[in-house]
Amino acid sequence: MIDKFVNSVASALAGIQDGSTILLGGFGAVGQANQLIEGLVEAGVRDLTVVANNAGFGTAGLAHLLRAGRVRRLICSFPRIPGSTVFETLYRDGKIELELVPQGTLAERMRAAGAGIPAFYTATSAGTLLAEGKESREINGRTYVLEHALHGDVALVEAWRADRWGNLTYRASGRNFNPVVAMAARLTIVQTQHVAELGTLDPESIATPGIYVNRVVHLPHGDPVL
Amino acid sequence: MTETAYTPRNRTQLAARIAQDIPEGWYVNLGIGIPTLVADHVPPAREVIFHAENGVLGIGPAPDAAAVDPWLINAGKQYVSLRPGGSFMHHADSFTIIRGGHLNLCILGAYEVAENGDIANWATSADDAAPAVGGAMDLAAGAQRLWIAMEHTTKDGRPRLVRQCSYPLTARAAVSRVYTNLAVLDVTPGGFRVRDMVPGLTLAALQALTDAEIAMAD
Repeated sequence: MIDKFVNSVASALAGIQDGSTILLGGFGAVGQANQLIEGLVEAGVRDLTVVANNAGFGTAGLAHLLRAGRVRRLICSFPRIPGSTVFETLYRDGKIELELVPQGTLAERMRAAGAGIPAFYTATSAGTLLAEGKESREINGRTYVLEHALHGDVALVEAWRADRWGNLTYRASGRNFNPVVAMAARLTIVQTQHVAELGTLDPESIATPGIYVNRVVHLPHGDPVL
Repeated sequence: MTETAYTPRNRTQLAARIAQDIPEGWYVNLGIGIPTLVADHVPPAREVIFHAENGVLGIGPAPDAAAVDPWLINAGKQYVSLRPGGSFMHHADSFTIIRGGHLNLCILGAYEVAENGDIANWATSADDAAPAVGGAMDLAAGAQRLWIAMEHTTKDGRPRLVRQCSYPLTARAAVSRVYTNLAVLDVTPGGFRVRDMVPGLTLAALQALTDAEIAMAD
């Protein structure tokens, strides 16, 4: 019997190495696997490359991981935390590297990784500072920038419902980057608000099929707080 | 030189002016700030479908405190509602909508717009303390039309409609129209063309507040 559920955050995160690239779902305070990220802080892994849209929210989760000095490099579209200067301080002091990536390019680079596409051309950022040093090419009279797939060692996902095969549904805008990071990492770890019996999730509503998922832990932590 | 009497549009009036020009059936993404206010001025009977980068299509009015769904926010991280017919998608699909040219319109704020349609709206210098770009470059490059909502000049009176942007670019030759607190201007192959101005304002007075050369539209 396939059962991807594990009993604790620690067993969900088992085996994550220093120096890993960690892909995070979430946008603002919604849909980020904060309890798993707190588990990373506790597990003591360091020298991480973190890929996330924002530099965290509030003081827990990614903001905590940053504050604890565990992140060597952040790949991010909008490295801000409302009401916090954790990231700005680290960046100004030269204690963290930043790779700034347009939001759609960030999503597409991970989708490409999940889809076996090593690189692609996009019009986004053509002729701007963020295209400097990148190969570009004119196609049908327009300039496009070559962007490479972004693979993760680990993806941390927050789902609304999960079954033991790792099939996932999300709630409202909590979907965001979660299905994208889930397909782009070698080890995809999910925290879910609710557990569903196998066969009870509407197949039409499963946004992440279990083939992308390795481990699931049930963490009914409640609603996000802005 | 004679003083002319005119009243600049405030933020609400500017948002209302923009809303007048959005026809039923358009799919529209609104940036943070004045653009977000535009949705409040589209009459509910006119079906305009608003999109947010974080995977929401069909955003409705801001909810009452009692009706807030804590899982439903927009790209500005504000609580929103979903109107009947609305849908959710993941981030790669949401940016497929943006980058694939499916949006009829995107409205953004800007620091500067150049006469060739270049837009600068994400950084005020090449070595910003901690730069942040979000989805601005995707929206500017991807939407079918890019309209800008902004003050005609900076707080200290420096023109924002310029011959060439001095701030780092968001996208080249992307802007099709600019709505300011003083005027509405199209970006054309010949430069900025004024569609309308607030009552009492003359073209000469507007030119004095504009770095790029402007002319009335035909």
